[in-house]
Amino acid sequence: MSTSILSRKKPASNIAVRKKPVNWRRVGAWALVTLAVAVTVAPFLWMLRTALSSNASLASNASNLLPADFSLGAFKRVLGMQSPEEAIAEGGSGAAINFWLYLRNSVIFATVTTAGQVFFSAMAAYAFSRLRWPGRNAVFGLFLATMMVPPIFTALPNFLMIKNLGLLNTFAGMTLPFLFMTPFAIFFLRQFFLGMSREVEEAAMLDGAKHLRIFFQIVLPNAAAPLATLALLTFIGQWNEYFWPLLVGQDESVRVLTVGLGVFKSQSPQGAPDWTGLMAATLVAALPVLLLFIAFGKKVVNSIGFSGIK
Amino acid sequence: MLFIFPAMIGFVLFYLVPTIRGFYLSFTEYSILGDPAWIGIKNYTAMLGDELFWNAMWVTVQYVALNIGFQTVIALGLALLMHRVAKSTFIRGALLLPFLVANVIVALLWFWMLDYQIGIVNEIISWMGLPRIAFFGSEQWAIPTVAAVNVWRHMGYTALLIFAGLQSIPNHVYEVASLDGSSPTRTFWSITMPLLRPVLVLVLVVTVIGSFQVFDTVAVTTAGGPINASRVIQMYIYQKAFSESDFGYASALSVILFLILALVAFVQMKFLKGNESDLD
Repeated sequence: MSTSILSRKKPASNIAVRKKPVNWRRVGAWALVTLAVAVTVAPFLWMLRTALSSNASLASNASNLLPADFSLGAFKRVLGMQSPEEAIAEGGSGAAINFWLYLRNSVIFATVTTAGQVFFSAMAAYAFSRLRWPGRNAVFGLFLATMMVPPIFTALPNFLMIKNLGLLNTFAGMTLPFLFMTPFAIFFLRQFFLGMSREVEEAAMLDGAKHLRIFFQIVLPNAAAPLATLALLTFIGQWNEYFWPLLVGQDESVRVLTVGLGVFKSQSPQGAPDWTGLMAATLVAALPVLLLFIAFGKKVVNSIGFSGIK
Repeated sequence: MLFIFPAMIGFVLFYLVPTIRGFYLSFTEYSILGDPAWIGIKNYTAMLGDELFWNAMWVTVQYVALNIGFQTVIALGLALLMHRVAKSTFIRGALLLPFLVANVIVALLWFWMLDYQIGIVNEIISWMGLPRIAFFGSEQWAIPTVAAVNVWRHMGYTALLIFAGLQSIPNHVYEVASLDGSSPTRTFWSITMPLLRPVLVLVLVVTVIGSFQVFDTVAVTTAGGPINASRVIQMYIYQKAFSESDFGYASALSVILFLILALVAFVQMKFLKGNESDLD
């Protein structure tokens, strides 16, 4: 059905709209778009609705669109503002999610890896695009080839190395593999650096500026937009990372939110899980990404075409 | 050289050495307590008779087929819709939303919505007079359910990639086609699809490689169960290494996974001639 809409030329369909009162194909197409948006957005509203319900009433009002017996209890429980007795009274499990600690850990993990990765990858991308040195293309090819290696393949040896270094359950162990580079980040920035004009750079060279100064004072400021986009994508990716922190960051003191949510779920009793608490926790855990998306949505959306390589 | 130095450390320590060590470990017996002991291809021969391995492979292939099939068709439809009627960033953003949220969160959200007792989906199903479905809890439904959840998460992202490809097809090609009296359906099959091929190949490579490595959703919802119904290959590797401390065998499994992925990428590129565009 959609194919017929698509293959229509745009100007023609505009004229058609003006002449005829109702263009059914267009109406149908918009109905499909609306349906698709509803399918993606509605579950998030359901998450919110559940989080605002009370566990005790949830079962008897399973299909009520509004919160069942409106309550902020779930959020209080997740944020640690409720005593265990109150929590159990509301149908929460005794299991605690040490939310503020996991939040702090997630912030540290995502921020450190993003900052390191973007900065060091920018340096490497500069070397690959603006400096001439023997073997440059061969090394770049090698870097690119590693994009093919599946993460699970390097995860086991990396885990062993981090363990041997005694860095299990430390922030160092969690952040090191992401800190210096990813082939994608270098590739992404190199594409932008290649397109920058050489003139300013050459003028600076004539003035006797060294590479370090050119990098900091010319290249980085001029690449602010791609750097910000990459940082945004990296931060969202790191915030959502589950596998690596699950392997090396099991300890409470370094546990990040994604791992914490998994633990929270497996701790909650099988009979009547603390659904409202779980939904409140997922909602709060997703909040930073949602806020970033609201603030920089256009940037993220427009960068997807490019990041397809990822 | 100073500029490449940090990236070089990261590359050698966390990409190059682990890749080589991964191959080496696959020929050893290694339980983390002692030193790895060289046992030749024993891990690989053991795999031949390992029913759980073949089961994991079969489950993964089923998942990949379901995931890719539905995701590509839905994403293509969405991309065409966006291209023709709804280019707004708002709509594209809304469709992308699930992709930005962590796998773990998506898994928990659907775990709740698909709950057998009081999940909204089963409420609707029983309201329609149909029997409730134990989505994550039945052998028959576990893998299709995980696949459906991940299609939901990724369809907007995939649609945006295809949308970017559609945008790059010049308008004059369509104008010529319509002057020649080509019907819309014909235009789609003989113009849009062939010109979209490089993008479709890229999308297929990315999604096949990604879906062979499904883990987060399974780990949070079914942990491989019920029985072995959703133990995908990466779950099996994880359990071998971290529950059974059999790093040698786990490494051999990941070598196989690696080889499969390399083969998939190679075949797709070759057969679909991903590098060539008909536009030139």
